[in-house]
Amino acid sequence: MDLSTLLQYLVTGLTLGSTYGLTALGFTIIFNTTGVINFAQGEFVMLGGMMSVFFLHSLGVSEPVAILLAVTATTITGALVERLAIRPVRHCPAINLVIITIGISILIRGIAMILWGKDTYALPSFSGNAPVFFLGAAIMPQALWVLGISLVLLGGLKFFFSATIQGKAMLACSFNAKAASLVGIGVQRMVLFSFMISAFVGAVGGVILAPITLTSFDVGIMLGLKGFAACILGGLGNPFGAAAGGIILGVLEALGAGFISSAYKDALAFVILLILLFIKPSGLFGRDDAKRV
Amino acid sequence: MAYRRDMYWLAAFFTVLMLAPLAMPNNYYLTVLIMCCLHAMNAVGLCLLVGHAGQISLGHAGFYGLAAYTSAFLSTTIGLPVGLSMLAGIGAGTVTSVLVGLPSLKLHGHYLAMATLGFGVILSILFTETIDITGGPSGFVGIPGLSVFGYELTNDASIYRVVALGLCLIVWLAFNVLHSRIGRALRALHTSEKAAQAMGVDVARYKLFVFVLSAFFSSVAGVLYAHYLTFIAPASFGFMFSVEIIVMVVLGGMISVPGSIIGAFFLTVLPEFLRAFENSEIILFGAILVLCMIFLPDGLAGGWNRLWQRLRAASAQASLRKQI
Repeated sequence: MDLSTLLQYLVTGLTLGSTYGLTALGFTIIFNTTGVINFAQGEFVMLGGMMSVFFLHSLGVSEPVAILLAVTATTITGALVERLAIRPVRHCPAINLVIITIGISILIRGIAMILWGKDTYALPSFSGNAPVFFLGAAIMPQALWVLGISLVLLGGLKFFFSATIQGKAMLACSFNAKAASLVGIGVQRMVLFSFMISAFVGAVGGVILAPITLTSFDVGIMLGLKGFAACILGGLGNPFGAAAGGIILGVLEALGAGFISSAYKDALAFVILLILLFIKPSGLFGRDDAKRV
Repeated sequence: MAYRRDMYWLAAFFTVLMLAPLAMPNNYYLTVLIMCCLHAMNAVGLCLLVGHAGQISLGHAGFYGLAAYTSAFLSTTIGLPVGLSMLAGIGAGTVTSVLVGLPSLKLHGHYLAMATLGFGVILSILFTETIDITGGPSGFVGIPGLSVFGYELTNDASIYRVVALGLCLIVWLAFNVLHSRIGRALRALHTSEKAAQAMGVDVARYKLFVFVLSAFFSSVAGVLYAHYLTFIAPASFGFMFSVEIIVMVVLGGMISVPGSIIGAFFLTVLPEFLRAFENSEIILFGAILVLCMIFLPDGLAGGWNRLWQRLRAASAQASLRKQI
């Protein structure tokens, strides 16, 4: 094995991994404000990619405009999901909310299937397909876009949660919702924001991934599972862990596909995840929290 | 007595199941009923695991599939008798659940969900990729039909009776477990694991027991499924099926065994009725799921109880009015 092959796999892994990381961030943001795993997160990713393709072809607008529209539409979808399906049942046990998100994901997938059929679509790359050569590895410009946009988004979220009043209020809800509402934070509004931000992050992930992996109405299932796996790998509730978990998962998958077998790459990622969980039951960066009896 | 009430319910359920084919105009309905019973076997196991012990599993489709494929492989490729292959299939599913359960059940909440989910995904990839053994994505064909003690069941009606009897035995077993020391231990560890431990409940052992028991139920359903349809494909044993079983249990009201059976029947029959709507069936399915959870948060069983109480209150009021 030479360095350039390894580098090639690493780049592929980093690219895939950053989109897993973005999906995982979406899971984390909603989990932190509601304690619920949102199984419709993968559908937000799918909507980002599919709607970009749809707007591009049906409205005849330029690609950036189509992407902007798609991301906005997905963010609104996130808000609608919270208002229509999550808020009415906010006092129910978490498992009910999880089932509702499962129902929503089936619903969104079904609507997408009827609107756009079962075909796979490709979104054009943002800046051509001429690869950049680096130490013998061919890097597609789209991979650079993925890495760059993911980094910008991560930085933006970091800034949002640590330097803005809204972000800090959301963080407060994640620590203790009751205490947050006592100091005057509108917890319900924060939950709404968390769904919008998650949908936004998911949609951006879907948009930047679509030119690389193609998109169809059912890509959300596997992406959702991978995102959830990345969350758990990094330690649930920890945004840094989620991003890191995604990248680790992506790199492992790329290396597994390259060196062992591409048919078993998903299985390999999950085997490693299981082994890690058995060794460290609270994820790589999670804390064992003391439970009160 | 709660136990006696449950037994009466089981007797009534058994009678209804046995009489049901008389009301069926054709074999299509019988097929749906058989699938209902198989799904209910899965749901009863998960009801004990999720509703009573509070442990979530998103990987039970894996045990269902493993048992089905093991029995299919042994009876078709190796040529063992069907009865023996079925026993081996159930054994394979159950033993695997011990191996998976031992390390997994140390995890909690979403981490346990992830571990079982990961296990399910790995198995479903194996079903798809080991084409030499399983036939790959296009499925395993030519599995011999169901036979009991060397007596082959040829028509759907007799297969239905065996499957329905199997479901009733599983429900009977589940009721007996729930009304025993084990059932009380499970409820204690659901409420608080630490408190149960402090009271001297061997938490790890009971968790493993109920996990293996539920996997055993799924395995029984799996071998019956394989030999009833004589064809199996990996798509039936994927992540979505694991989720579907959980949904059946939650729809049934989580802790109620009859509820989870009703949930299983409801979710099996529903897509059949929705088939008339062709493409929109998946949308309707999703919408009904969401609406059920919003308007019946404690499931069909809970909704029924509330309706029952309201009716009782209304009739009590009416009789009161009459007296005045």
